[in-house]
Amino acid sequence: MFGVLQFPGSCDERDALSACERVGDARIVWHEDVDLDGIEAVVVPGGFSYGDYLRAGAIARFSPAMEAVAEFAGKGGSVLGICNGFQVLCEAGLLPGALLPNNGLRFLCRQVDLEVVTDQSLFTRGMDIGESLSVPVKHMSGRYFAPDDTLDELEARGQVVLRYATGQNPNGSLRDIAGVTNEAGNVLGLMPHPEHAVDPLTGSADGLRLFRAMVAVAA
Amino acid sequence: MRVRVLIRPKQGILDPQGKAVERALPALGFADVSGVHVGRLVELEAESTERLPELCEKLLANPLIEDYEIQEIEAGDSTPG
Repeated sequence: MFGVLQFPGSCDERDALSACERVGDARIVWHEDVDLDGIEAVVVPGGFSYGDYLRAGAIARFSPAMEAVAEFAGKGGSVLGICNGFQVLCEAGLLPGALLPNNGLRFLCRQVDLEVVTDQSLFTRGMDIGESLSVPVKHMSGRYFAPDDTLDELEARGQVVLRYATGQNPNGSLRDIAGVTNEAGNVLGLMPHPEHAVDPLTGSADGLRLFRAMVAVAA
Repeated sequence: MRVRVLIRPKQGILDPQGKAVERALPALGFADVSGVHVGRLVELEAESTERLPELCEKLLANPLIEDYEIQEIEAGDSTPG
């Protein structure tokens, strides 16, 4: 069973729910809920939680549901943060780094190719290194930042799971990083939206593969 | 007391907002202005400043990417409203 968080201001929780339902059972977890009973994988979806006031994700991290998610992640549960969800997980300290405003200052909405950097992550299980996934991005603050020594460590430990394909970095993310995990590898954050790439009818079903990989772990 | 917290992007981190403002200045006749950075200003009422650094690091600023500065405001110096 997937749990998809919903904050005031979330806007991608329905697509995330629908993506999860293509590969398993799923339910919405309201931001005031702390009950994750029966949930085997958590998705923190995109949107503008709490209006993105102060900084994207800064306020959502204090919600009761996020405290439950932090505990869940601490016990090894898999957590996928997409876009605003990625920002929330960084703010909560569950992922390293931060997301800064795009270097072009524009809201971006486009399809990008992602390169699978490792096949050792639970989120890329069954994928090949160097394989390409076509997934859309749509964000204003997606420039991944971490200090240089942190970036070196992330790369050395295999925590960089997805990169923007050469020449397609849309936002100025350092080292073309599109998705990173925590050290334990059970929490992934990415700016692109795999939940919007689940059906060939809308251009690509590559995003579904991440959700499938999560099911394989939960099962 | 009334307190003002200034939050700025850390030095060395690309600040596209500051750059955009700076680039707009020559066209307005301010070609001699440079080093523009855009941050945030938070004003608040606090009984003591003791725990404000903690508040700043937990919520108002993200210490990874931002520096903060806490200033006590003299009476009559605060923003109206």
